[in-house]
Amino acid sequence: MAHLNPTLTTEPGQDRTLILNMGPQHPSTHGVLRVLLEIDGETVVRIMPDIGYLHTGIEKTCEAKFYQQVVPLTDRIDYLCPLTNNLCYVLAVEKLLGLEIPPKAQWMRVLLNELTRINSHLVWLGTHALDIGAMTVFLYCFREREDVLRMFEMVSGQRMMTSYFRVGGLALEPPLGFFEKVRDFARRFPERVDEYENLLTGNPIWMMRTKGVARITAEDAIALGASGPTLRGSGVDFDLRRDMPYSGYESFQFQVPVAQEGDVFARYICRVRELRESINIVRQAVDGMPQGPIKADAPKVVLPDREKMKTQMEALIYHFKIITEGFAVPEGEVYQAVESPRGEMGYYVVSDGTAKPYRVHMRAACLANLQLLHKMCEGRLIADVVAAIGSIDIVLGEIDR
Amino acid sequence: MPVAPAITDIEQLKGHPAIALLLASASVTVQEAKFDREEMTIYVGRDSIREACALLREDPHCPFDYLSDITCVDWYPQEPRFEVVYHLLSLSRKERVRLKVKLEGSSPALESVTSVWPGANYFEREVFDLFGVRFNGHPYLRRLLMPEDWEGHPLRKDYPVEGYR
Repeated sequence: MAHLNPTLTTEPGQDRTLILNMGPQHPSTHGVLRVLLEIDGETVVRIMPDIGYLHTGIEKTCEAKFYQQVVPLTDRIDYLCPLTNNLCYVLAVEKLLGLEIPPKAQWMRVLLNELTRINSHLVWLGTHALDIGAMTVFLYCFREREDVLRMFEMVSGQRMMTSYFRVGGLALEPPLGFFEKVRDFARRFPERVDEYENLLTGNPIWMMRTKGVARITAEDAIALGASGPTLRGSGVDFDLRRDMPYSGYESFQFQVPVAQEGDVFARYICRVRELRESINIVRQAVDGMPQGPIKADAPKVVLPDREKMKTQMEALIYHFKIITEGFAVPEGEVYQAVESPRGEMGYYVVSDGTAKPYRVHMRAACLANLQLLHKMCEGRLIADVVAAIGSIDIVLGEIDR
Repeated sequence: MPVAPAITDIEQLKGHPAIALLLASASVTVQEAKFDREEMTIYVGRDSIREACALLREDPHCPFDYLSDITCVDWYPQEPRFEVVYHLLSLSRKERVRLKVKLEGSSPALESVTSVWPGANYFEREVFDLFGVRFNGHPYLRRLLMPEDWEGHPLRKDYPVEGYR
């Protein structure tokens, strides 16, 4: 412990402060975050996050896999938004290959990404409210989350580890009845957001616990590399979906919610408004869904259809080659960033011309956001630490990788 | 859609504001530049990375004011072995630029950019932890993800995927 706090002495009577260990098994740290708090009474003097408990070496594992085999690994990085990770990775590889993706696949990707954002924000809202003491919201959020997970199961056969996007398009056609289900959900959902807001937004206890708490200025947020709702809650109007569009986001109309105060409440209100914007994008995507193929025309990269494989010799050969040898990607490097529910999720992929990536690096939004914690919490009460951790919406899988 | 060939001639790329700025400065050495797949990469000298970042951050015309990411690539057994990669973003111009520093394998070290962006702290610690690249002037250069007593740097190419144990 002494190495974590070089100024701490063990002499009696010297120090007023106490070191308190919070986590890694603590319900309010959302996974295995360990936080060391140096406290003076109830006031936090210093705060030091200790991470790495969930480090599984995914970046190293990627280097030993074919390009298409990396997709299921990306699910496991941020388990609350697997499809966003799938998307970011396949976009990076497609950029390396110079692949053109058909419009239907792009729109499906947008649709599913916004559903993922809703899924992730619902988990955040439920657990964040639970941390602060509002029990009911959790149950409401998980009710709607179940609907979203059922839709994921419909398209991919999996509730969480979807791996639905493939280099060059989608794994499968969306099944019959999927769009009706999404439409039905999009019709019901805004009312449900009203329900959450009725419970929280005007609630005096909620406001006392969140307003003016864990404040962060725009300058600090930029200097420390914050992104996503954490950045927009401090009044910086930047969203990758609108400002550096990818996967066809330029064809959608949506607002980017921004709040000026930079406190826990501002970040809360940004995310709740994002829920409404996301369902709006989902509705646009379902209504304007283009027709056509779901895979790019690149037989050496994209697996052939099942039917073709059974009837055409060439398709069978390509299938065999892709499965056994992978596909070679031209030399080069690419950094692709997408707006994940937590901020800027970036994939840096380096190719040396072979069928396995030379290096895959994930820029985790939460890792940078976590650095804000000391600015937010030092000089404030221990109870505010819980609110602050909840408000930056961390996922330890993404931080530790 | 075939990928267009990369442009590596620095004379052709001079028009890019970041390159023009770095070339004009006396304290920054620009070694190479590359424009590939719509992405700009600038190789700067090992001793000028902090200065280059500070200049790009403060430039009034085209501020690259946001540090997205720092990472590293190991080209073992080639020398110079390591490439430390910085991804900068301009929030106002909505543009990215990539800075790179090449480092020899014997004792890889370079200057920390934490004085320019405090947010570089965790990124540099991660690179130190997984690649063993030292950042001089870093306020707290300790392992970030691996245990404190871990031996070796797992993301180096000469470190086996299964580990030593």
